[in-house]
Amino acid sequence: MADVALTQTGPSRPAPRATASAADVALTPEEKRAARAELRRNRFMAFLLTLPLLIFLSFAFIAPIGTMLFQSVHSPNVAQLIPGTLDRLSDWDGEGIPDEETRTAFAADLRQLFAERRSGRLGEELNRVLPGASSTVQGTARRLNAEPAEEVAARGAGMLSELNAAWDRPEIWRALQRAGEVYTDRFFLTALDLERTPDGEVQARASARIYIDLYVKTLRMALTITLLTVLLGYPLSFFLAHLPSGRANMLIIFVLLPFWTSLLVRTTAWIALLQTNGVVNSTLMATGIISQPLTLLYTEFATILAMTHILLPFMVLPLYSVMKTIDPSYMRAAMSMGARPIRAWYSVYLPASLPGLSAGAMLVFIISVGYYITPALVGGTDGQMISNLIAFHMQQSNNWGLAAALGTLLLALILVIYFAFDRFVGASNIKLG
Amino acid sequence: MTATRRLLAATALVALAAPATAQDLTVVSFGGAYGAAQRTHMIDPFMQETGVNILFEDYSGGIAEIKAQVEAGNILWDVVDIEVIDLERACSEGLLEEIPRDILPAGDDGTPALEDFYPEALASECGVGVIFWSTIFAYNQTAFPDGGPKTIAQLFDTEAFPGTRALRRRPQVNMEWALIADGVPIDEVYEVLSTSEGQQRAFDKLDSISDSVVWFDSWSQAPVLLNDGGAVIVQSANGRIFDAVVQEDRPFEMVFDGQLFDLDVWAIVRGTEKIDLAHQFIAFATGTVPLAGMQDVAYGPTRRSSNPLVDPAVVPFLPSSHIDIGLKADGVFWADFGETLGEQFNEWLLR
Repeated sequence: MADVALTQTGPSRPAPRATASAADVALTPEEKRAARAELRRNRFMAFLLTLPLLIFLSFAFIAPIGTMLFQSVHSPNVAQLIPGTLDRLSDWDGEGIPDEETRTAFAADLRQLFAERRSGRLGEELNRVLPGASSTVQGTARRLNAEPAEEVAARGAGMLSELNAAWDRPEIWRALQRAGEVYTDRFFLTALDLERTPDGEVQARASARIYIDLYVKTLRMALTITLLTVLLGYPLSFFLAHLPSGRANMLIIFVLLPFWTSLLVRTTAWIALLQTNGVVNSTLMATGIISQPLTLLYTEFATILAMTHILLPFMVLPLYSVMKTIDPSYMRAAMSMGARPIRAWYSVYLPASLPGLSAGAMLVFIISVGYYITPALVGGTDGQMISNLIAFHMQQSNNWGLAAALGTLLLALILVIYFAFDRFVGASNIKLG
Repeated sequence: MTATRRLLAATALVALAAPATAQDLTVVSFGGAYGAAQRTHMIDPFMQETGVNILFEDYSGGIAEIKAQVEAGNILWDVVDIEVIDLERACSEGLLEEIPRDILPAGDDGTPALEDFYPEALASECGVGVIFWSTIFAYNQTAFPDGGPKTIAQLFDTEAFPGTRALRRRPQVNMEWALIADGVPIDEVYEVLSTSEGQQRAFDKLDSISDSVVWFDSWSQAPVLLNDGGAVIVQSANGRIFDAVVQEDRPFEMVFDGQLFDLDVWAIVRGTEKIDLAHQFIAFATGTVPLAGMQDVAYGPTRRSSNPLVDPAVVPFLPSSHIDIGLKADGVFWADFGETLGEQFNEWLLR
């Protein structure tokens, strides 16, 4: 391998050697060693140059993504809160309810957790496995705490039944068992709108389908935005690419200027335009086209409109730079051979501009699938995308496991789309300029 | 707290991290007219008297952000203004420090603190009362020239009173109102709401108006929505509408029917390094004169010794003047049901 590399690494060898054929010039062992050492040195230098990037990537990219993947299957909280109860529950077969000793021990644990102000955590985790369980846990814990510890230790099982009938049913104990699993697939099941039956079978979740619908909606919105940017961006880039370069450069500033403006400013501008008493509604009402203001802001329409505007430069720039390189004489040649303009464009110009189009579409689509800030500001309830729900679970409901699972699925979805694209269009067909 | 959780939290919170120096106290409240009154009567006088710098920030209520900070071990806030409807939950989940009562000074008339404060203001060991306020609804008179809705039931009547309603995006208050509108007597609301049939009944009632509702996150958005036409009826803290009517002369009408009484308290986020400074601030801010200053936004003082300082012209606008037609927010109920109903409410919103 080293020899092959040697013969190919021209610049590291003395010039006369490089011009001679490898067959008739044999290298002395010293020369080989020296050459190899130099090669190693070069490689090491090259590695040193990329080192800052590697370190940056591992801190800023690999570690967070790895943590996210891990969080989506790792959930140690319940196991830390009630280790004793979980130990006892591991012997329980899931039929009926656990024996009295287990329930009494759990009651004592629960009382203790409330006194330490940690029962809320248990309720929260349990609620994710069995909706509604949090109020059972918190209500019971609060009332157990009002009783003397000795009495709870003596007849905890009976007290549980008196305080809430839910403790006489197997569901909540199964939920405890399930929430106690340190490594779990339950976040992924929830993220896919699935749940596990008591016998361990996977089935569609009984309550509403939420996340799958939201993924589909996100993809549909991203596709719409991509198509809109193509419709707007292709003619514009064509026009710009065929202008004299002085004027084209001036006009491209108008594409770049909004691109350089803060994202927040552009999104807020849309709020001013679209709100009930905003510019659009006032103008339409002043001209008598409508009599009642339209609901434009806080809708899916507002999200798509604002994102199309914000992402348009990502379509125009690659298209423009690819179109600049297409020789205008190709089109003239096609037409001189009898093709009508549409046919010439379709057979000659479109294939030549396709790399730019692919690059633009890929950029816009992937950026919009994971878009967060614009839907958060102008989307209202209708215009939310999957990233808004991920943020919600990170910041509001504190369900990091589910947020991580949703994020992992989003990452997988984007990879699948990329590979599908590579398969049908070819990644080598992407060109940024 | 595991290292991985911390790392993830650090990534998530890095955008929120305010550059606070060792000496600064971070105090968080609800902003808008209420925040302005607190700045005038509590924050600025404290900074002048002690020379301590306060970073006074806004949040939109609820316990999620406090919880994220405590669970991640990354405490950014020191003192938080929190609604009593959320207080018991935050306290029983270990998100707040206990506040010793001996830090509270006597009233200006010499009454010892424990007798001077109304008992509700010191009911939880995690907070010291700042205001008596209530959640009411208000409408824009120009949208209803023949007279607007007068009851909670009419708030839910989109045929007689068409137009967009703005409600705060959370189950609290909305579930209670839905049941009141559905005919549940006011003193049985929480009893009914603790059953799953009652919860379903509330969601069904909310369903009946959901097409006409915009949801907002922060109280400060309520008067704005009413003003710019985003909604013709809004749910609001009473002081926000009072401020818009009195200070800005807006044509808004407040409706006290079915008002949900609540208190706000100062609370301390568990694990803060500035606990002594936080005590000092709370002792100062809950003195007789600063508390009386909350009348600027028609919120009642939590100390009896502040009452003589309240302008008689404001009294009709205080929630306590309408106490016979309201319901007291039940913090213990929401401590037990906050998580359960919060999740159900969010699923309901996404449907």
